[in-house]
Amino acid sequence: MGEKRTVYLDHSATTYVRKEVLDAMVPYFTDHFGNPSSIYHIAGVSRKAIDTARAQVAKALGAGPEEIYFTSGGSESDNWAIKGIASANVKKGNHIITTKIEHHAVLHTCEFLEKNGFTVTYLPVDKYGLVDPAELERAITDKTILISIMYANNEIGTIEPIAELGAIARKHKIPFHTDAVQAIGNVPIDVNAQNIDLLSLSAHKFYGPKGVGVLYIRKGTKIDNLIHGGGQERRRRAGTENIAGIVGCGRAIELATADIEGHNKRIRALRDRLLAGIQAAIPHTHLNGHPEKRLPGNINISFEFIEGESMLLWLDDEGICASTGSACTSGSLEPSHVLLATGLPVEISHGSLRLTLGNVNTDADVDFVLEVLPKVVSRLREMSPLYKGKHGGCNVQ
Amino acid sequence: MYSDKVMDHFKNPRNVGEIENASGVGEVGNPVCGDIMNIYLTIENNVITDAKFKTFGCGAAIASSSMATELVKGKTLEEAWEVSNKAVAEALEGLPPVKMHCSVLAEEGIHKAINDYRKKQGLEPWVEKNPHSHEHEDMTCEH
Repeated sequence: MGEKRTVYLDHSATTYVRKEVLDAMVPYFTDHFGNPSSIYHIAGVSRKAIDTARAQVAKALGAGPEEIYFTSGGSESDNWAIKGIASANVKKGNHIITTKIEHHAVLHTCEFLEKNGFTVTYLPVDKYGLVDPAELERAITDKTILISIMYANNEIGTIEPIAELGAIARKHKIPFHTDAVQAIGNVPIDVNAQNIDLLSLSAHKFYGPKGVGVLYIRKGTKIDNLIHGGGQERRRRAGTENIAGIVGCGRAIELATADIEGHNKRIRALRDRLLAGIQAAIPHTHLNGHPEKRLPGNINISFEFIEGESMLLWLDDEGICASTGSACTSGSLEPSHVLLATGLPVEISHGSLRLTLGNVNTDADVDFVLEVLPKVVSRLREMSPLYKGKHGGCNVQ
Repeated sequence: MYSDKVMDHFKNPRNVGEIENASGVGEVGNPVCGDIMNIYLTIENNVITDAKFKTFGCGAAIASSSMATELVKGKTLEEAWEVSNKAVAEALEGLPPVKMHCSVLAEEGIHKAINDYRKKQGLEPWVEKNPHSHEHEDMTCEH
């Protein structure tokens, strides 16, 4: 028996830490451990390392280094952006606009604010998951103090028209936040050209370490602090800096944005071959998300008559790591809020599979999935009562 | 998250299929909720001589169907009626709390198939002693 292979197809969940990134981080755990707030010389090394990382992040976003704040990750950045803007601007108004397909770090934060006197408009999306800019403009009231729309969706990979949405926010002088956790490294980001006032990132989605993220805050934006305490991050975000993590974040973003086009070309070629192969081998499928305006590594596809968790268990048995928006994996019986927002029928959304490709994947991985997945789907369909009457015609395309 | 027994019955499900001209058929669940079970029974002289299933659902739903059909085979209808969801879950060496509804569905499927048979025989259907829908309110699908 050979060693079981692992094919990792869940890069939207998290990524490994690149060797160059880890190498950059290691000295800051051991040799350069000084607290940047201290006065002696070894603290200066830590301070300098943070300055470098801040410059690296700023460059990747087309921002100024003084507009970059390090946090503990994407969730903290989203919480800070939304709660911070809400509390700092409560005298101006209490209305927030977001979408139905945001990450829970945004949705649950908005729901929390709703319990505290704010009103929130959750914009719908079309069948591809796209927000309509005209719809955004119609939702704006004189009480609107924040618009928060994700750059690219984590489940279905749809890339939103951020520059256009940002321009509408700018026109109405409303701060515009975008959760760009999935987008960075896949889409060129320029906060000025794209009219972005606040932007959230998480290092472990772009081959950096877990536990570190970024909130970009445009200079002059009125925002309250989330984490109170010491004077770190220019008195905006307290807590002794995660120096090694910050160094890793800076190096990782530099690498992730060095050749976005080349990265996209390689990943998209693999993704397109995998998707075409799945669609050719398996009937009764629905591709979720937009055919073109989607993240290069993302496939989200529903297989009729079967349920997602049972697919994942079989794939895992073969060594394939994937995920699903279906109910059972999350422990709730509700299917994905994103798929439902696109209008996908509930019973079909239960049979959804998300495959997200990244740096580790090869042509051999694609071949392996194309060998395994059709067998898994047909095995489950054979035992599905919903598949009745579909026999005979099902393998003939 | 699953016991070895659940994984065994998921990966090698016993009694998959349909029975033509089954003595009793029980169809439970709802595609909107993400699980459907169809249970087919052959009943001769008040004894279940064969049981098969078809299931759309998660790993626990498939394993519960497999185990429930195994448990009722060879039993009299009275004995099979007493096979509870807890017995199914225990035979599977436990189910995660959020998946207990899968074993409930299996029990309901067996009951429905038995009552389908009784109705066909012109007999009064038996009454559920412990309706589960209230007990598991937090887990039932709201659609």
